[in-house]
Amino acid sequence: MKKMFIPLAVLTAAMFAYAPVAIANAPYESTMLLIQKIFYFHVPAWMAMYAGIAVCGIASGIYLFKGRPAADRLAVAAAELIVLFGAIGLVTGPLWGRKAWGVWWQWDARLTMALLLELVFIAYLLVRAYGGPGSDKLAAAVGIFGMAVSPFVYVSVNIWRTVHPLNTVVPTLKAGMFGPFWFCAMAFLLLFTLLLTLRMNLAEEQAMLDDLYLADEE
Amino acid sequence: MFLRTALLVLRKDFAIEIKSYEIFATTLFFAVGCVLVFAFALVKEGQAPPDSAAAILWIALLFAGTLALGRTFERERYGETIRALLLAPAPRPAIYVGKLLGILCLLGLTEVLLVPLIALLFAAPLLARLTLLLPLLVCGTVGFAAVGTLFAAMLMRARTRDVMLPILLYPMTIPVIIAGVRGTSALLASPPDEPTAIMWLTILLCFDVVFVTLSLWTFEPLMTE
Amino acid sequence: MDFDSVRLTDVSRHFGRRRALSKLSLTLNAGDIVGLLGPNGAGKSTLIGVLATLVAASGGEVRYGQFTARERGAELRQRIGLLAHELHLYAELTARQNLAFFAALYGLDHNPDHPESSHSATGAALERAGLADRADDQVLGFSRGMRQRLGLERALLHHPRLVLLDEPFTGLDDRSVGMVSARLRALAAGGAIVLVATHDLDLADGLVTRVALMREGRLLSDEPAASGLRARYRSVVGSGA
Repeated sequence: MKKMFIPLAVLTAAMFAYAPVAIANAPYESTMLLIQKIFYFHVPAWMAMYAGIAVCGIASGIYLFKGRPAADRLAVAAAELIVLFGAIGLVTGPLWGRKAWGVWWQWDARLTMALLLELVFIAYLLVRAYGGPGSDKLAAAVGIFGMAVSPFVYVSVNIWRTVHPLNTVVPTLKAGMFGPFWFCAMAFLLLFTLLLTLRMNLAEEQAMLDDLYLADEE
Repeated sequence: MFLRTALLVLRKDFAIEIKSYEIFATTLFFAVGCVLVFAFALVKEGQAPPDSAAAILWIALLFAGTLALGRTFERERYGETIRALLLAPAPRPAIYVGKLLGILCLLGLTEVLLVPLIALLFAAPLLARLTLLLPLLVCGTVGFAAVGTLFAAMLMRARTRDVMLPILLYPMTIPVIIAGVRGTSALLASPPDEPTAIMWLTILLCFDVVFVTLSLWTFEPLMTE
Repeated sequence: MDFDSVRLTDVSRHFGRRRALSKLSLTLNAGDIVGLLGPNGAGKSTLIGVLATLVAASGGEVRYGQFTARERGAELRQRIGLLAHELHLYAELTARQNLAFFAALYGLDHNPDHPESSHSATGAALERAGLADRADDQVLGFSRGMRQRLGLERALLHHPRLVLLDEPFTGLDDRSVGMVSARLRALAAGGAIVLVATHDLDLADGLVTRVALMREGRLLSDEPAASGLRARYRSVVGSGA
């Protein structure tokens, strides 16, 4: 993971540098015009968040049942990124909504679902911070349960909202939009991987420090 | 061995409870207090907003359940009897099941009180719809209690356990709340919207299966220090 | 399943940066009464927790006979009895109800090896604890010493092979100490493996057959008991540093 860091950083920086160009060149969407372009960052942020949920859930499972410390470090890193990318999505979403439909928040299915999952993983971080001894295992349980509850959140919130259907969030994509969209999606996923790597390195070094403390006492 | 141990734990909790009825009485009256708070907050000119009966029922259960969970495990903290239970020569998830059954009984009794009370205070025909309301309540309570029992057990040793339990439990059980409230609402509509209620019931059933299984699976690694 | 020795090999356990147990190797054999001695914070309670399968070791291995706890969890626990500082008693239940619960939990009413009904096992335990006349009183009202005696009987109810006791003499009067010591000797003579963690060096002196001295998570010495335990303790463990 460490070796890939520099090339990954360079590539991600380059992609984000080009992204505004790609977005500016994308065709306007018919009803929302310029505002719609926030979608190029908004949806990829969700994609990074869901990638994080999968990573955190699986890493938590491995840590709880196999006890591998590397899995725990991966789970923490992923949880922090879930909260980060979730926050990006939860900020860009209402910004878009305000301009497009006039209200900041209207319990749109996707935003609500993201809010719930964000809360679950903020709870993960709170348990780690305030859970006392053994909080790493408690947090692992939250990670696993968080991943398991995602499909239920998706189904229940969706049905909850479609009883009174409102405008859909994602308009149908016109031809010229796929390019910039997938470009930005890739950029975000690379950013996710980059930050994950960084955070895991940090956790590994903290673990090495702990091991040195322990070895010192022998 | 598994079922025997679970039932022994349940019977032991009953034996303790009937000495003073402390958790039972206080949980019941807390739930009633909750309902009254909502009543006074929501009723305007003698009328509650539509669908509020369904919402209040489930919210009162959520709050009362959270408190009850914390207190049943507080009993195992005194004298560290949880360690003695974990030492029993039975699969450790049996302890989880025993505790879960206890919470279900307690919440079940609370529902027996709350449903008629809410039906009365909010003029909601809850009692007329029992054939579907009952399974909805059962499945919803099982879902909430399954996750709640696991989290309450694992938080026993944490210093911040009182506030951490709701922080962890509420986001995780929102699907249960949504399904419960919307299902109950569907039943309270006139005429009652049974297909919708059955759909929410199915979702609750799936939730129960997934989370009871997950809890049984993770109980032992979580309870070993 | 049964076993006649427990072997710990390089067992370590750390909590964050604090090392509770440090590469500890020890063998406990049937018939021994092992005294686990050491200053506060030495790791005695953690070691007992590991032996009782309640605490997982971060490194090393514990074998009960040939088996590890991971392989034979539930069956193993049938043969382990633990009395820790907290006593593991339900305060709201009576002495009899407490013992009856644990008797049923350990299957004493179903066990073919010990065909006593749990009722008589409970009664006998109450007699031995000297609490037969207080059997139907809530444990809440018992003194520390009474709870200690009841807790000990609870731990021994199912005739465990491995008996783990953390400060079993706290709060006991002289006569009770004598009774408990006699009980432990009888258990060891009957083939049990007895491990007693205690601060009371004088009590340990006459009772234990082996001595394990710990400090800061390390096992400093594991030797047969000889006279002059206090002097030996001071020389190995140190008396204040």
